Amino acid sequence: MSHFQSYFPDTGSVDMTDRTSALDKSHIERLTAMADRYPERRSALLPMLHYVQAVDGRVSPVGIEICAEIVGATSAEVSGVATFYTQFRRRAGGKHHIGICTTALCAVMGGDALVETVERKLGIQADETTPDGLFTLERIECNAACDFAPVMMVNWEFMDNMTPDKAEQLLDDLAAGRVVHSTRGPEITSWADTEAVLAGLDDGRADEGPSAGGPSLEGVRLAAEHGWTGVPGKDTK
Amino acid sequence: MTDTLTPVLTRNWGTDRSWTLDAYRAQGGYAGLKQALTMSPKAVTDLVKDAGLRGRGGAGFPTGLKWSFVPQDNPNPKYLVVNGDESEPGTCKDIPLMMASPHTLVEGVIISAYAINAHTAFIYIRGEVAHPIRRVRAAVREAYAAGLLGANILGSGYDLELIVHAGAGAYICGEETALLNSLAGLRGQPRLRPPFPAVAGLYASPTVINNVESIATVPSILAYGKDWFQSMGTEKSKGFTIYSLSGHVARPGQYEAPLGITMRELLELAGGVRAGHTLKFFTPGGSSTPILTAADLDVTLDYEGLAAKGTMLGTKAMQIFDETVSVVRTTRRWVDFYKHESCGKCTPCREGTWWLAQILARLEAGEGEPGDVDKLVSVASSIGGRSFCPLADGAVACVTSAVKHFREEFEVGYTTPAWEHLPYAQSTLFAKEVRP
Repeated sequence: MSHFQSYFPDTGSVDMTDRTSALDKSHIERLTAMADRYPERRSALLPMLHYVQAVDGRVSPVGIEICAEIVGATSAEVSGVATFYTQFRRRAGGKHHIGICTTALCAVMGGDALVETVERKLGIQADETTPDGLFTLERIECNAACDFAPVMMVNWEFMDNMTPDKAEQLLDDLAAGRVVHSTRGPEITSWADTEAVLAGLDDGRADEGPSAGGPSLEGVRLAAEHGWTGVPGKDTK
Repeated sequence: MTDTLTPVLTRNWGTDRSWTLDAYRAQGGYAGLKQALTMSPKAVTDLVKDAGLRGRGGAGFPTGLKWSFVPQDNPNPKYLVVNGDESEPGTCKDIPLMMASPHTLVEGVIISAYAINAHTAFIYIRGEVAHPIRRVRAAVREAYAAGLLGANILGSGYDLELIVHAGAGAYICGEETALLNSLAGLRGQPRLRPPFPAVAGLYASPTVINNVESIATVPSILAYGKDWFQSMGTEKSKGFTIYSLSGHVARPGQYEAPLGITMRELLELAGGVRAGHTLKFFTPGGSSTPILTAADLDVTLDYEGLAAKGTMLGTKAMQIFDETVSVVRTTRRWVDFYKHESCGKCTPCREGTWWLAQILARLEAGEGEPGDVDKLVSVASSIGGRSFCPLADGAVACVTSAVKHFREEFEVGYTTPAWEHLPYAQSTLFAKEVRP
């Protein structure tokens, strides 16, 4: 690899004539209501595309046209937005999205080893989906949980301080349909359910999980131990 | 004399159901808002300006001063946008804040929006974190139900609508003008400044953009006063902040302390480098800030102290790496990150990060060509300062600082793969668990 090579994975071969879509009248009404919440309709485009994914499993060509009509843009413009952001899929993926952070710190702390473990376990490479449609694997960039490194995300819920053994157990549990909880969040359901949350729907799970994980509380714990406080008055705990 | 650690924003994170309105009120929450509503918007702005609060999201610009730039005679609506796109490698403070105490942020939004006469505000949260988004949305719902948002807040006559908006995966949207484009439903690409957002931001209207932590700090200034805030910190870096320690440290986590604590003190509080190992290098403020080494442990972690060392406070994200770690490997990964996240708008960044990544790939593989290290520095110098936004500067900061401190280790890459020079399994959290 001594000279410059262009490398553009995941381009081409999206069938824009594929008209399959589960979007119906009620979905379109909801998309329209989302757009109406903003001072300018086009502002709702990202949440709307999350919603299209929740329903269609991908940013479908039909979904793009519907969003374009609602926000008053061309379908080419909406496609241009959809392809800019990494969370938007142009092809259907697995029921569960497995993201493993391999940015520098997580990679060093074990993220690279986790990718190897999961690839071997599932028999797929990153950016691929298992033949049974259960798992899509992605190497993700820093997910703002560095004090819990190495970090795995399942359907964009935190799976902190991951190890190869824990990862294998987690995949077994999900495949068997056993109940799995995020280490700092709710019960794991599916990638599509999370997409609906990102679109703004309330799944009633805000109260699940702890207030914070251990590392988030290290400073507070130490301060309490030493009697250190930041605020005056009585509420200093 | 202030305490070594000063939990303010973090102090309620471990309490029972800390994310709910009841729990937040029980520890004095929304007292800052009540105080603010007795003052004029300008008086609130002046208070925050006089307190000396500076942005906690990277640039360190004085928050109150930013607010004062909003032209109040502009006939367009004013907007407040909170940057919750926390994506800078190493940075992990806003996500736990939004998860554990979303009402701190909501209270800060109401006060800050009031100060700039905005009636619509947005919290833009990166899309890859579902639970913090749930918690912030739930807090906003509670606030509306309690009359803290919507029309005539607490009988004051002030109205505010607050929209929680999820992004969709793009580091660049942490840059303020890219975030505004993203919030307008466009590709998240930065804009040329001027005009600055204070004059022509969202929908070409006056807009203030502040980081989550900056906004979350505002209620405490209103509740406890300017003198209290200024009793912490240094002459030019006032107050307290959340430091995030990660990597090869005994107790990684969030440590809230007055600005100006030294790296040595902070590392000791966190139990030092993991047992049996020594510090090799660390980032002071995320991967976009030039790295420092064990020789820099006495640096004060404030805006001035780090600038004097040729680096930046950034997001106060200390990623700590011990002697087992290959700096060639980490530099390559950071550059891969910037390559992946470059929005493609400016040629030096779009093309240059690809070149850096390829040179670093062959150095990591032990297939470097003589002169590659000089070529790295040369390419880097053609990228930095030549783009619309600071992403490119961050991409080269990790390269040039690493070469400055560890040039010989990069030259090892002419003959020896990094994984042979410093076997990777030694660096993992589960060093014993890795199978052959």
